[in-house]
Amino acid sequence: MLERLANGCRWLGKRVNDRIWRLGFASRFLLMTLVYSGTALRRFFLTIREIYFTGVLSLIIILVSGLFVGMVLGLQGYDTLQRYGSSEALGVLVALSLVRELGPVVAALLFASRAGSAITAEIGLMKATEQLSAMEMMAVNPIARVVAPRFWAGVISMPLLAALFSAMGVLGGYLVGVRLIGVDEGSFWSQMQASVDFREDILNGVIKSFVFGVIVSWIAVFEGYDAEPTAEGVSGATTRTVVTSSLAILAADFILTAFMFRGT
Amino acid sequence: MTIPRGKVVAIMGISGGGKTTTLRLIGGQIKATSGTVRVDGRDVADLRGKALYDLRRRMGMLFQFGALFTDMSVYDNVAFQMREHTDLPADMIHDLVMMKLHAVGLRGVAHLMPSELSGGMARRVALARAVALDPMLIMYDEPFAGLDPISLSIIGELIRALNDALGASSIIVTHDVQESLKIVDYIYIVSGGRIVAEGTADDIRQSRAEYVHQFVWGEADGPVAFHYPAPPYRDEIHAVAGHA
Repeated sequence: MLERLANGCRWLGKRVNDRIWRLGFASRFLLMTLVYSGTALRRFFLTIREIYFTGVLSLIIILVSGLFVGMVLGLQGYDTLQRYGSSEALGVLVALSLVRELGPVVAALLFASRAGSAITAEIGLMKATEQLSAMEMMAVNPIARVVAPRFWAGVISMPLLAALFSAMGVLGGYLVGVRLIGVDEGSFWSQMQASVDFREDILNGVIKSFVFGVIVSWIAVFEGYDAEPTAEGVSGATTRTVVTSSLAILAADFILTAFMFRGT
Repeated sequence: MTIPRGKVVAIMGISGGGKTTTLRLIGGQIKATSGTVRVDGRDVADLRGKALYDLRRRMGMLFQFGALFTDMSVYDNVAFQMREHTDLPADMIHDLVMMKLHAVGLRGVAHLMPSELSGGMARRVALARAVALDPMLIMYDEPFAGLDPISLSIIGELIRALNDALGASSIIVTHDVQESLKIVDYIYIVSGGRIVAEGTADDIRQSRAEYVHQFVWGEADGPVAFHYPAPPYRDEIHAVAGHA
C-alpha cells in the first residue's frame, strides 16, 4: 500500500517536473524566436506570405462565425432586454459583448483551430521530412527562416481577424434586431455609439486579441518544432496545439478581463 | 577515418551502425562525446554560431529522401541558398539554377513542385540543390535508397561526375554495396560505431574478414546474427502455453 502511494507520488512528481521543464524549454524557444526575428521583419515578404496562409485563409470561418454569433446575440439579447422594456439597448449589448469578450476570445479559439493547427502540422512535417535539418545544413537558421515569419504572421493576423469578427457580429445583431425583429434603427446605432468607449472597450479588446495572437502563435510554432518526427508525433502535436491554446486563451482572458474592466 | 580532398569515400554498414551519425558529426548537427572531427583543419566541435554556419556554407548534403522544401518549386529549391547567402541579381541566379539543373538533366522540371516529381527525380533535384554553391565537401545520406535500377545508376554516375567537376570531396553513407563499389575511391565499413574494415573497392571485394564477407555478399547469418537477442525460444513457447 505504502509502496503504491510512493509510486503514485513519484509518477506525479515526474509529470510535474516534465511539464515545468517543457514550459522552460518553450519559453527559451520564444526568446530565440524573438532574437532571430530580424529576418522575418527585414525580409517582410516572408511574413506577408504567412499572413496570407494564416490570416487571409482564415477569413471565411471568422466572418461566417462572427455573423452567426452576432445573430444569436441579437435574438438572445432582445429576448432578455424586452422583459425590462429596454430593447432599444440591443445595439449596446451586442457591441460590448463582441468588442470586449466574444470577438477576441471566439476569434482566437477559431484561429487556434484553423491556423494554429495548420502551422504546427506544417512545421512538424517539415521536421519529419528532414526539411529543417536540410535548412540547417545549408547554413540557414530554421527559427529565423521558418518559425519567426509564422509567429509574427499569427501575431499580426489575430487582432485584424478579431476586429472583423466583431464587425460581422454587429452586422449580424443589426440584421436580426433591426431588420427581423424591428428594434428602432436610430436607437440601435446611437446608443451603441454613445456607450462604446474607444479606449476602455475597443482598445482593450485589441490588446486582448494581440495577447491571444502571441499565445496561439507561440504554442503552434513550438509544438511543431518540438514534435516527434513521426506521423503520430505530428498528429499529437497538432492536437496539443488546439487543446493548449484553447485553455491558455480562456485563462488569459480571465486574467486580462480582471485587470482591464475593474469596476467599469 | 580520413576523407582526402578530391576523393569519393563510402561509409558502409548495416542500419544502426552509426553511418548517419558520422555525417551529423561532420556537419556539426551533433557533438562528439569523444574524439574529434576536423573539417578543413578545424575542429567542428569548437565551432559555434556564425563560424559553424560559415563552414556549412562550404558543405552540401543530400538527404535520404531529398528533403526538398515542399512549399517551393524545383527552381526555388535550387535557388534557395543563392538567395539566402549571396546578393546575386535575379538573372544571374536564374542562369546558375539552370546550369545546376542541366547538370542533373532536369532543366525541364524547374517549374514543377516537389510533389510532382518521381523519387529518382526528387533525388536529382536535391543533388542540384546540394551543389548549388559549389561546396568543397558533399555528403550523401543513403542516396540510393528506394530507387529503381536506372535512377540508381544515374545518381551514382552524377555523384562521381559532380565530385570530379567541382574538385570536391564526397562522403557517401550507404548500404548499397554493388552500386557504391563502382564509383568510390575508398570504403570504410562501420559497425557498432567502430571501423571494422577499410580499403579500395577491390580490397573490400576480396576481403576474407567474416563481417565484410557477410555484408558484401548479403548473407543472412554470420557475425551479424539473424535473430535479435531474446530469451530462449523454448522458455517463451512454454510461457505462452502456461498462460493458455
